[in-house]
Amino acid sequence: MLGALVIVFREVLEAGLIIGIVLAATRGLLDRGRWVMLGILAGAAGAGIVALFAEHISEAFEGSGQELLNASVLSAAVVMLMWHNAWMARHGREMASEMAAVGRAVSAGTRPMTALAVVVGLAVLREGAEIVLFLYGIVATGTSGAALLTGGLLGIAGGAALSALTYFGLVALPTRHVFTVITVLIALLAAGMAAQAVQYFDAAGWVDVLGNRVWDSSGYLPQDGIMGRLLHTLIGYTDRPTELQLVTYLATLAAMALLTWIAAPRRTAAAAA
Amino acid sequence: MVDHTNPMIRAAALALMIAMLGLAGNAARAQELTITIKDHKFQPAELRVPAKKRFTVYVVNDDPTPEEFESVSMKVEKVITGKSKGVVRIGPLDPGRYEFFGDFNQATAQGVMIAE
Repeated sequence: MLGALVIVFREVLEAGLIIGIVLAATRGLLDRGRWVMLGILAGAAGAGIVALFAEHISEAFEGSGQELLNASVLSAAVVMLMWHNAWMARHGREMASEMAAVGRAVSAGTRPMTALAVVVGLAVLREGAEIVLFLYGIVATGTSGAALLTGGLLGIAGGAALSALTYFGLVALPTRHVFTVITVLIALLAAGMAAQAVQYFDAAGWVDVLGNRVWDSSGYLPQDGIMGRLLHTLIGYTDRPTELQLVTYLATLAAMALLTWIAAPRRTAAAAA
Repeated sequence: MVDHTNPMIRAAALALMIAMLGLAGNAARAQELTITIKDHKFQPAELRVPAKKRFTVYVVNDDPTPEEFESVSMKVEKVITGKSKGVVRIGPLDPGRYEFFGDFNQATAQGVMIAE
C-alpha cells in the first residue's frame, strides 16, 4: 500500500502543481474549468494509451522511443507555455480592464485556454502513464486490490491537496502582483521542461554535446528530497545540471523574455494610432 | 494594428525546435554494458564504468512486470516493460559512485556504478 501511495502521490503532485499554476493563470476566464477538465481527461486517456503501447513505444527508434516521446511532449509543452505568455503580454491588459465587464467575449478567454489545456493534458499524460505502468506491475505481482486502491486514493488525495494549496497560495497574492508572478512562474516552468527535454535527447543518443556536469548541489538540496522534487517540478531545479541543460534553461528564459517583449503592445505606437 | 503575434511566435518556436534537433550529434561509440533485472534485483548490482566517457547501458527486464530504471545522479529515468529490453546513454561521469534503482521495486532493486 505504501509503495502505491508514494508513487501515485509523487506523480499526481507533479501534474497537480502544473494544473494549480494553470488554474491560477486563468482565474476569471470563462469556461476555464471545462478546458482544464478537458485537458485532464484527454491526458488521462493518453496516459492509458501510452501505457498500453509502452513496449512498442520503447522499441521504436532503436530503443529510444520513450525518451523521444518524453522529449517531444516536454518540447510541445514549452512551446504552449511560450505562446501563452506572449499572448498574455499582448492581451493581458485589455483582459484585465474588461474583467469587470459582464458578458466578456468568450473568444478572449479561449486562445490562452487551448494552449494551457494542452499543457495540462501533456502533464497528466506523462505522469499518468507512469502511474498506470506501476499499478499494473503491482496488480500483476499479486498485491491485494484493496491495499492498492487505498494507497492509490490516498496518493491522489494528498497530491491534489498540495496542488490546491499551490493554487490558493497563488490567488491569495495581491491582485497587482498575480499577473507578474504567474508569468515568471510559467517562464521558469517552461525553462525547466526544456532542460529536461534536452536530457531525454541526450539519453536517446540524439544529442552528445556539453554533457559535463556544471555543479553538484546534491549535498545541500538533493533533487530526490521533498524540497528538491518540488523545485524540480516548479522551476526545473537539478542538483547536477549538465552544461547543455544550463544553456538550454537560460536560452528558454531569454527566448521567453524576448517573445513577451515582442508581443507586448507598444505604448508609443498605441498613442500614435 | 495587425495581429502578427501568432505567426511570429510559431516561427520562433519552429526555429527553436530545429535548433534543438540540429544539436543532435553522432551516437557515441563508447563502451556498452548490460544490466539484467530478475526477481526485482539488478544483475550485476555493481558495475565499473569509465569516468569522463559516454557509455551505453542495455537494461534487460527478465521479470514479467514493468520496472523503471532510475538514477538521479546519472539523470536516467526509463520504464522497461516486462520481458523486454531498453537502451540508455549515460555520461560523461566524473569519478565517483553513482547509485541506481528500480523505482517500482525500490526495496530490492538497488545498484551502483563506480566511475573511475
